Amino acid sequence: MAHESTYQPSNGFAKWMDDRLPLMRVAHDTAINFPTPKNLNYWYTFGGILTFCLAVQIVTGIILAMHYTAHVDLAFASVEKIMRDVNYGWLLRYVHSNGASMFFLAVYLHMFRGLYYGSYKAPREVLWILGVIIYLLMTATAFLGYLLPWGQMSLWGANVITALFGAIPLVGEPLQTWLVGGFAIDNATLNRFFSLHYLFPFMIAGVVFLHIWALHVPGNNNPTGVEVKDKQDTVPFHPYYTMKDAFALTIFAILFAYFVFYDPNVLGHAVNYVEANPLVTPSHIVPEWYLLPFYAILRAITFDIGPISAKLGGVIAMFAAIAILFFLPWLDTSKVKSARYRPLYKQFFWIFVGVCLVLGWLGGQPAEGGYVLAAQIFTAAYFAFFLIVMPVLGLIETPKPVPTSISDAVLAENGRSHSDGSSGGGGAPAGATAAPDRNA
Amino acid sequence: MADANSAVTEAGEEPTRRDFLYVATGAFAAVGGAFAVWPLVDQMNPDASTRALASTEVDISNVAEGQVVTIMWRGKPIFIRHRTPAEIEESKAVTLDELPDPIARNANIDPAADAEDINRAASDSEKWLVLVGVCTHLGCVPLTNQGDFGGWFCPCHGSHYDVAGRIRRGPAPENLPVPPLEFLSDTRIRIG
Ligand code: HEM
Ligand code: FES
Repeated sequence: MAHESTYQPSNGFAKWMDDRLPLMRVAHDTAINFPTPKNLNYWYTFGGILTFCLAVQIVTGIILAMHYTAHVDLAFASVEKIMRDVNYGWLLRYVHSNGASMFFLAVYLHMFRGLYYGSYKAPREVLWILGVIIYLLMTATAFLGYLLPWGQMSLWGANVITALFGAIPLVGEPLQTWLVGGFAIDNATLNRFFSLHYLFPFMIAGVVFLHIWALHVPGNNNPTGVEVKDKQDTVPFHPYYTMKDAFALTIFAILFAYFVFYDPNVLGHAVNYVEANPLVTPSHIVPEWYLLPFYAILRAITFDIGPISAKLGGVIAMFAAIAILFFLPWLDTSKVKSARYRPLYKQFFWIFVGVCLVLGWLGGQPAEGGYVLAAQIFTAAYFAFFLIVMPVLGLIETPKPVPTSISDAVLAENGRSHSDGSSGGGGAPAGATAAPDRNA
Repeated sequence: MADANSAVTEAGEEPTRRDFLYVATGAFAAVGGAFAVWPLVDQMNPDASTRALASTEVDISNVAEGQVVTIMWRGKPIFIRHRTPAEIEESKAVTLDELPDPIARNANIDPAADAEDINRAASDSEKWLVLVGVCTHLGCVPLTNQGDFGGWFCPCHGSHYDVAGRIRRGPAPENLPVPPLEFLSDTRIRIG
């Protein structure tokens, strides 16, 4: 880890162990004494919330797998059995299916946070890229899991998405057959999706480990975007951020519980309680809400671009919409990290949030008439944000003055003088735990 | 370590016997590795029981004139349409420039053949039309006897197909394909 270890083995056994496998030392230095900027706001609590979500999905998922049967004749009935017969089965399944939604809610807020405070910029490019990989694995996991209940939307959603691979020239059709293991989505597909749905969350856990490692080398970014300069800028992770994270997690859990207990199916589709039927297509195929913006981009490409057919163009645009995030650290040319000190970027950021929300709404509308045109305009705006706004803004924007240190910024916010360094020394926990983010 | 044993050949130096052995060993290991990986990849392809269902025989004796039946072939719906003389006439009257996709898409004839009615119907009998019932847009199953052209209508994004299964309007790029097809007798066909 990047900071000096402060771990003191407290007894003989701990000392003996520390000389052989310094597990406790690593835990202490990452989760207890890790020096953390003292001005982190609540947007910084989603990392902990995401870890919680992953744990919830893994625990409920492993239990569901004890009662679930991955066979086309039995899968739908086994899920109904979980809902009706298995003790607390309804709870476990609703936590798992709503848990996927909560997971995505948290990851989107976490990503927008990074976008706002410039957390993807040097020296955190690798940290950001690992995050995008986690996000990709999450979408894959959710897509695979959605086939398992073997409802109408499960089957037809998977049908549309696997059909996309058929659009790739030359290898498309063999690739599609290889992916689904047959000439249509069938038992072979269900089995492999189950196997991979079980595997991917553990791969996510592995990448999360790397993500946290890559976080602890440069340390956290913070709402000012100014790097930590000395001890005055930080507080120990425990108890300051363990408590703040725990509080945020509690609020998040209340929202989670609301969905599970009061409206467990509102985020889903009623037609998925009809067993999959390969002869009848539901009249309106839509993915879960968290994939809607990408579905809108997919369907926005209704025209051929040179040799690229409309269908292939849609596939490329959809994957490009995620892939472009990998290049973000190099597309943004501004030297200033945080949007707090970037008056123009701040406005474009909120426009971009709006573009994503509208794309999500459009993804749920039928692909016809004015909706298609709107989806095309907003798709163009989505890419323009990364390809035009990001590079150009850094060159033309005049940033506001950036504080010299985190400590200065916190003191200024609390109405105390900048030069009064001594009184703020060591901790200023008020800045860490109480001050809401006034500028953000 | 630029001694005689070095694997690195400097500019102008003759490759040594050892260089050759390195490259040969590496290449051999790579080929061996690829062979070892192939079973891991190929197991994902359709298994023998799925491939065994690659063809299906259907008795069409009880499909009345004007009727359409749907059967399954390779997990996909197949439409078998017993067309009326009026439908055949209507379809024949369509000229190629009215068709968004002017290609026959018939697995039984020349892939470049045009989408005239005669190239869409079964070769042995023009009253029979056999199609893969999967919309060429994003794979929904179109509804029979619906839409503005009397053939099929895909409710997903509004593609209209005519009585020969040709796309006439909507986002689907191609005509519904005609699968490999053989008449075993007047009342039995084999698909696939
Ligand atoms: C990244 C974490 C995960 C996500 C985002 C996720 C997402 C999903 C989704 C969206 C469904 C469909 C829910 C429905 O409508 O019924 C599902 C079902 C399922 N998942 Fe997961 N899952 C995750 C982890 C796991 C793990 C680790 C397992 C362990 C085996 C698992 C086992 C299952 C089973 C058995 C089902 C079918 C039962 C059901 O539909 O409720 N999941 N998952
Ligand atoms: S799938 Fe048939 S029109 Fe889109």
